[in-house]
Amino acid sequence: MTVVTQLSRTKISARKWLVAMPLALLTSGCDWVVMSPSGDIAVQQRDLVLISTGLMLLIIVPVIFLTLFFAFRYRQSNKAAKYEPNWDHSVGLELLIWGVPLLIIIALGALTWTSTHLLDPYRPLGRIKPDTPTLANNVPVGNLVDKQQVGNGANGAGKPLEVQVVALDWKWLFIYPEYGIATVNELAAPVDRPIRFSMTSSSVMNAFYIPALAGMIYTMPGMQTTLNAVINKPGNYEGFSSNYSGAGFSGMRFRFHGVSDAGFDAWINQVKQRGGGLNRASYLQLEKPSEKVPVRYYNAVEPDMFKLVVEQCVQPGKVCMSQMMHGGKGGGDSHAGMAMPGVNGGKGPQDSSERVEGALMKDADQKGSGKHWTAPADIKRDGANSAPGSDANRNHTMLTPSTKPGTRPVANG
Amino acid sequence: MNDTLLKTIFGRLTLESLPLHEPIVVATFAMVAIGGAGLVAALTYFKVWGYLWNQWFTSVDHKKIGIMYIILAIVMLLRGFSDAIMMRAQQAMAFNGSEGYLTAHHYDQVFTAHGVIMIFFVAMPLVTGLMNYVVPLQIGARDVSFPFLNNFSFWMTAAGAVIVMMSLFIGEFARTGWLAMPPLSGLAYSPDVGVDYYIWALQIAGIGTLLSGVNLVATIVKMRAPGMTMMKMPIFTWTSLCTNILIVAAFPVLTAVLAMLSLDRYIGTAFFTNDSGGNPMMYVNLIWIWGHPEVYILVLPAFGIFSEVTSTFSGKRLFGYSSMVYATLVITILAYLVWLHHFFTMGSGASVNSFFGITTMIISIPTGAKIFNWLFTMYKGRIRFELPMMWTIAFMVTFTIGGMTGVLLAVPPADFVLHNSLFLVAHFHNVIIGGTLFGMFAGINYWFPKAFGFKLNETWGKISFWCWVVGFYFAFMPLYVLGLMGVTRRMRYFDDPNLQIWFVIAAFGAALIAAGIGAFLMQIFVSIRNREKLADLTGDPWNGRTLEWATSSPPPDYNFAFTPIVHDLDAWYDMKERKAVRPVSGFKSIHMPSGTGTGVVLAGLSVAFGFAMIWYIWWLAGLTLVGIFATTIFHTFNYKRDFHIPVEDVIASEDARTRQLATQGA
Repeated sequence: MTVVTQLSRTKISARKWLVAMPLALLTSGCDWVVMSPSGDIAVQQRDLVLISTGLMLLIIVPVIFLTLFFAFRYRQSNKAAKYEPNWDHSVGLELLIWGVPLLIIIALGALTWTSTHLLDPYRPLGRIKPDTPTLANNVPVGNLVDKQQVGNGANGAGKPLEVQVVALDWKWLFIYPEYGIATVNELAAPVDRPIRFSMTSSSVMNAFYIPALAGMIYTMPGMQTTLNAVINKPGNYEGFSSNYSGAGFSGMRFRFHGVSDAGFDAWINQVKQRGGGLNRASYLQLEKPSEKVPVRYYNAVEPDMFKLVVEQCVQPGKVCMSQMMHGGKGGGDSHAGMAMPGVNGGKGPQDSSERVEGALMKDADQKGSGKHWTAPADIKRDGANSAPGSDANRNHTMLTPSTKPGTRPVANG
Repeated sequence: MNDTLLKTIFGRLTLESLPLHEPIVVATFAMVAIGGAGLVAALTYFKVWGYLWNQWFTSVDHKKIGIMYIILAIVMLLRGFSDAIMMRAQQAMAFNGSEGYLTAHHYDQVFTAHGVIMIFFVAMPLVTGLMNYVVPLQIGARDVSFPFLNNFSFWMTAAGAVIVMMSLFIGEFARTGWLAMPPLSGLAYSPDVGVDYYIWALQIAGIGTLLSGVNLVATIVKMRAPGMTMMKMPIFTWTSLCTNILIVAAFPVLTAVLAMLSLDRYIGTAFFTNDSGGNPMMYVNLIWIWGHPEVYILVLPAFGIFSEVTSTFSGKRLFGYSSMVYATLVITILAYLVWLHHFFTMGSGASVNSFFGITTMIISIPTGAKIFNWLFTMYKGRIRFELPMMWTIAFMVTFTIGGMTGVLLAVPPADFVLHNSLFLVAHFHNVIIGGTLFGMFAGINYWFPKAFGFKLNETWGKISFWCWVVGFYFAFMPLYVLGLMGVTRRMRYFDDPNLQIWFVIAAFGAALIAAGIGAFLMQIFVSIRNREKLADLTGDPWNGRTLEWATSSPPPDYNFAFTPIVHDLDAWYDMKERKAVRPVSGFKSIHMPSGTGTGVVLAGLSVAFGFAMIWYIWWLAGLTLVGIFATTIFHTFNYKRDFHIPVEDVIASEDARTRQLATQGA
């Protein structure tokens, strides 16, 4: 008896699965975010995906069809089909098989050249959405101008929204220089206002990607990259790192809010109300590896914070790259001027103590234990470990967001 | 003993380095240890050590080396595929707050090892093994140009594989992704042994690959049978030539870039560091300057195999031979002009990005021409659907899809939304499995009777084929979809429960592929058991067209008693058409190279050297390095490098073949 019921139960669950599977596939079909984005840049990129695919299908479909057709038609058992064992050349066919792909690639190449230039992430936006161009100075035409001036105040008018992005191990820091605020793992922008992201990274390479908004661009330590984009529909979107960056990579996600102008002001206010300050010391604290960090707000940001991060001189006493390159404070000796422009910097003698030593230079007792890192770590003992691979950084954050505005965050553990 | 002394002797190797707390690894180790002990015991019991050492390990016969390469690849395929199954299981489970069953440190090693093993220790040995086996036979040569070098190359590749396998049980492997990009792979962010395992495994295996490339280029250029001009070379030999030219030109870049990374790690230089003037972008460029040609290194020989197979099983000359050759050459050259398409998103200017995007698209023209050439080879043919041909048809359909998504990714703004996503992962598996791996299976099924004297079992071959092909579509089509849903690669867990169903489908596909691998092993086992029934006594089981089918299966050590003379493109087909008579008298003794154990010794020393460098055991590194140089110099004084197969032996084996052919009524 029990066997029978069990059997029928499995039958039912199997049937459920059969019904549920296509349903699940269908419903999930609606959120193919790359195919249905909400920002104008991503929409154009999506269109490009579709157009290129269409162009290529012109040749792909016949090829696949012919493969299967020839395979069937000229099977050994089909004696009706012609057999010409020595036929191996035809000028006409040769022209066709080189010519047709060539034509398609010419079309696709032209499309590539123009679209790559038009959608260059460094290029200031030319339009907010189809039929709504931006002015030369990037302010949208029409009543949007007024809306923006009202909405964003004197600072915001006439310019795209500036956001400075720092990829940290394993969280995102967003600085809004116009508003003097910063956030961790939460980003907001008003709908239909161009946004200009300046991006860098504190330690290793990451990629900044909000699929609904625009394609990804790498964030790299010691370097600055740029992305221009605009969001057209209000919503709560997903953003994340799309370049593997170590143990905490999977949790390196944030929310991106596309909001109305009023909503954006409210959000700014909220940040200002709830945040603490971001200065060199608290940045250095924040920079330490941590995972799944909850949203944090900063209501004041030390001026030039982003520049300090890009030039890798947040740490007091470290010489900034631009100064190294100009032979400034960094050297004082003849080597100072030697750092080449274009490469990302050099170090002054005062911070040589920090430099990672090569293995051959190490004394025997500095070799470490080469322990197997998958060993469960004692989080309490290890505390917030600055070694990026450390297990101590998993599943906890060493920072508690400060509750009172203006106070510095405290480190746990 | 005090700590300093211990560290001096053992470097950073301690008891903690053993993953005793990791049940998966301990169980694997137990299985490997028991299996290994069983194997050693069996080999000892049946007293085959001497046979293995004399006939195989020290052999400089290109055929035996080719077979050893393929065995190495199959063993490593099992390891690499276990990693794949673990990833698929992890990603199918890690939803709704669950983090799956792998920790980040474990999972990150798994995907790194999967990539490294599949490319360097599965695909490369498969390709090199088949080229090694087939090319000298196809060009009517008795061996490669440098037989000892060939043996040495194989053992260096095997040494690299040994180092990768060691990382499973002693210490750990890199957690950086298969290309170990700095700054993540620098000493600052990866201070432990993983990246060092990666570097030394690839450096040591890379020496083998480079030398075997040099060897095969020299062989093809200098050792072709009389009459075989360049434009009468079999197409597989052509693609092998281009592949090995790519190897010779590309692998030194890999060696150099890894050497710079190791300098950063070992003596504190700053090539790729964030500060001190280093530039990690340089590494990304350099590694892809090797990495993109590598893609063509893997796929060109497969193209060659498909050409041979299509022509043979359609019973027809290859359509557009010369356009096929030019297409191969164009691909070879363009392979060097596209590397930047791997990182359009790094922020280069629009003109640079479009240049590399367009060069990438241009490669699809000769590739497309090749597909059409196969298509028109089938046209007006008499197609026999033997296993190699089935793999070829599956390839043509699958690879076309992969090519399309590849061209799509070559459009920079489209790449911005698809880069690093599962769409990309689906694309490159689409071309590497659909291209290289299908090609290798076609090649193995095609040339197996030549190598062993009996065909492979067809039933199990078909089971394997269908499991692989269907499994491939189940495993990777969902990844295309997930890519379009904005899912990034190398993720360990997911928030969005809608994604799970796709990962479950992909995991099902991986299970089907597992069945395909099982069926392939079963196919070999069953075929060995039924070898009498499946025997090929003619030496030409498929009605072949090229010279390898002119000799017996398996070929004698000397391949051809007389060097064949070539008059036409499909030399053997031409001979059959003209009713050429096989010579049965006038044999002479044959000059052959002798085997040597030096390759094994050098590779063994290299493993010890790599191990010492990885674990900072400087005294051992110094000692083994001296040992390597000493052995090399010692080997140059070895004057017993060749011997003659006495004419009686040649006559005996050729007469045996004459009798064998007579029973076949040939």
